[in-house]
Amino acid sequence: MPTNILMPALSPTMEKGNLAKWLKKEGDAIKSGDIIAEIETDKATMEVEASDEGTLGKILIAEGTQDVAVNTPIAVILNDGEDASSIKAGEPAASQKAAESAPPAAAKAEAPAPKEEKSAPAPQAPATPVAADPDIPEGTEMVTMTMREALRDAMAEEMRRDGDVFVMGEEVAEYQGAYKVTQGLLQEFGDKRVIDTPITEHGFAGLGTGAALAGLKPIVEFMTFNFAMQAIDQIINSAAKTLYMSGGQMGCSIVFRGPNGAASRVAAQHSQDYASWYSNIPGLRVISPSTAADAKGLLKAAIRDPNPVIFLENEMLYGHSGQVPKLDDFVLPIGKAKIARAGKDVTIISWSNGMNYALKAADELAKDGIEAEVIDLRTLKPMDTDTIIASVKKTGRAVTVEEGWAQSGVGAEIAMRIMEHAFDYLDAPVARITGKEVPMPYAANLEKLALPSVAEVVEAAKAVCYR
Amino acid sequence: MPAVKANSNTQTSDDPAPSTPLIEFSKEQDLSAYQTMLTIRRFEEKAGQMYGMGLIGGFCHLYIGQEAVVVGMQMALKEGDQVITGYRDHGHMIACGLDPKGVMAELTGRAHGLSKGKGGSMHMFSKEKGFYGGHGIVGAQVPLGTGLAFANRYRGNDNVTLAYFGDGAANQGQVYESFNMAELWKLPVIYVIENNRYAMGTSSTRSSAETNLSRRGLSFKIPGEQVDGMDVRAVKAAGDKAVAWCRAGKGPYILEMLTYRYRGHSMSDPAKYRTREEVDKVRSAHDPIDMVRQRILEKKFAKEEDLKKIDASVRDLVNEAAEFATHDPEPDVLELFTDIYR
Repeated sequence: MPTNILMPALSPTMEKGNLAKWLKKEGDAIKSGDIIAEIETDKATMEVEASDEGTLGKILIAEGTQDVAVNTPIAVILNDGEDASSIKAGEPAASQKAAESAPPAAAKAEAPAPKEEKSAPAPQAPATPVAADPDIPEGTEMVTMTMREALRDAMAEEMRRDGDVFVMGEEVAEYQGAYKVTQGLLQEFGDKRVIDTPITEHGFAGLGTGAALAGLKPIVEFMTFNFAMQAIDQIINSAAKTLYMSGGQMGCSIVFRGPNGAASRVAAQHSQDYASWYSNIPGLRVISPSTAADAKGLLKAAIRDPNPVIFLENEMLYGHSGQVPKLDDFVLPIGKAKIARAGKDVTIISWSNGMNYALKAADELAKDGIEAEVIDLRTLKPMDTDTIIASVKKTGRAVTVEEGWAQSGVGAEIAMRIMEHAFDYLDAPVARITGKEVPMPYAANLEKLALPSVAEVVEAAKAVCYR
Repeated sequence: MPAVKANSNTQTSDDPAPSTPLIEFSKEQDLSAYQTMLTIRRFEEKAGQMYGMGLIGGFCHLYIGQEAVVVGMQMALKEGDQVITGYRDHGHMIACGLDPKGVMAELTGRAHGLSKGKGGSMHMFSKEKGFYGGHGIVGAQVPLGTGLAFANRYRGNDNVTLAYFGDGAANQGQVYESFNMAELWKLPVIYVIENNRYAMGTSSTRSSAETNLSRRGLSFKIPGEQVDGMDVRAVKAAGDKAVAWCRAGKGPYILEMLTYRYRGHSMSDPAKYRTREEVDKVRSAHDPIDMVRQRILEKKFAKEEDLKKIDASVRDLVNEAAEFATHDPEPDVLELFTDIYR
């Protein structure tokens, strides 16, 4: 039976890639280990090695094809004695499998929409009526880009604007960023301002903080925030507290940024959400965006802010595309939440990747006639209590959604604020959906269980609505 | 082992520099060093008294015995250079030229303390004097100081940063992360290791596999030397050499100052881990202030009565500071919520 070669996943979070080049042609003999094609992801170009022997019977995906979903058959290898006529049978079944592994609905909803349709919801996303963003002027032209590109653009724009801004971290320069967020910065700004560090988080976080005390504006990239635990003393004891300890004489303008929380199948030591840790600290600002536009506007604000800012990104969101306003200087206010979806029956509060569960749950709830209002906090510290309270006063019910653990989590804080400011408006106790209190397991099924799910959010929302 | 004996050996992997010869001080230099060291000594004695009276709270680490280190190093600096240190920091601030009143009022937690009473003994700063703290976490000032040097290099000026730390901090991992980056990027930072022989109550022989701390930069190719930290002239000479090295763009330098603290680690330390005789031996034979005083008299730079005048003026200065710090009001309660963000 002919063997399909499938589009490989080249990283834990890859969903699709471009088939850049075929290095073998139909009819070529193939040995295990031969390099047969080149694939481009948004992070890198990788070579595909054959793992089977035989003859390249048919190329199913032509060179130059964009956005080929992982697991799509890209070619067929014929074993000895088989010929091209035996291929047909395999094809329909295989393509059906590919369809199943297509990008999830959220990615589709964020697909490029024609510009003139900006004010009206794009046809492919009818279920998510997004409230107009008051921070974006009416009629602004929008461009589609990934969150990764939006973050890069934010840094590049701020580096052009201010010579004191520089970026340092592991693999940020020559490698172009472990997650390609700093792609192209070295080429534009040179190695004086885009600095590869040794793998010494404690040291370079402290060095960056010292440079900030001297008046520079460093962007310190952690490959992931898991590694920032090595540096947390410098972040908290030096960066966050010096302004106070010096009676206001000496502060530091510094951004610590990088992916936070669970990625995919990287297990306990690489999958922790630090939102509640950092948002506990006076002196820090904590930002965690869910869309490309917010990522850009808030990272620019963070770089300009005279205080230390923890900027929590999410690896799962780097490749997601969104509409970013085409403005010379798009800066969003720190500390302002956004109504991502308007509703009247229940308030769902989340941020970052939690918004995926929240918005999909709102779609599900709408089918049952429950209109959920979804708030994207965007900034965790200072928290926009006003927006939360105004919504809860309207809906009388609230559900928080986060990937971090429950005890002393951000959801616990939100629930407390609602109790302090809107107790009399509540028609039900506040519910929270969090990551389960276990170290992140590796097994796919267990990992899924450890994280929040859309179903859990739907269930909690129905419960507080007594439905 | 003698109380303080410099091996006078410079350590470097590929460029062994000769040990720094002692330089003789001019009259002005000796008198100025005497006055500043004495100010630090009297200030610290006063702080000890005031701690005993309950006017100073929390942790209070006195610098008595180590005065020659900061005074000699400060003499090697120019305007624009920066200093950062750990929590035994009162002496560094006085050597930087900060008003003892502001330092003492910070110790008593008053409104006109250097940090408005919000930092205390271990956390004081002065942008104006290039003093970047005053840091309470052992070793944390080392990456921070390396970052100050990074900023100098980034801006292309010729300023040099002194990052002071003790023999205890010398065993911290972040120190070596800093050494690596400083040499890799040729940062103008002098690591001044104040080896007073005890990390709190643990002698360096009990905590350090290599007790010659000047060698700690060897595997990073950072030159280092041991210096008699009780002789202000030796400190100044070594400081001059290290500063010149840094200003020339050659990267970091390590100076291990062999010194000694007379008092306990902090006010609450009875110092039972060493003998009274050990302390007395240093005090009588190697006191940094006595040595300068003797030299001044021998060289006839000043007469006994001139020195007494200096002594009296120093006492007055310290008494005024104590008086100020005792009567200055506590910070306004509204200060609780200021200076968290800017």
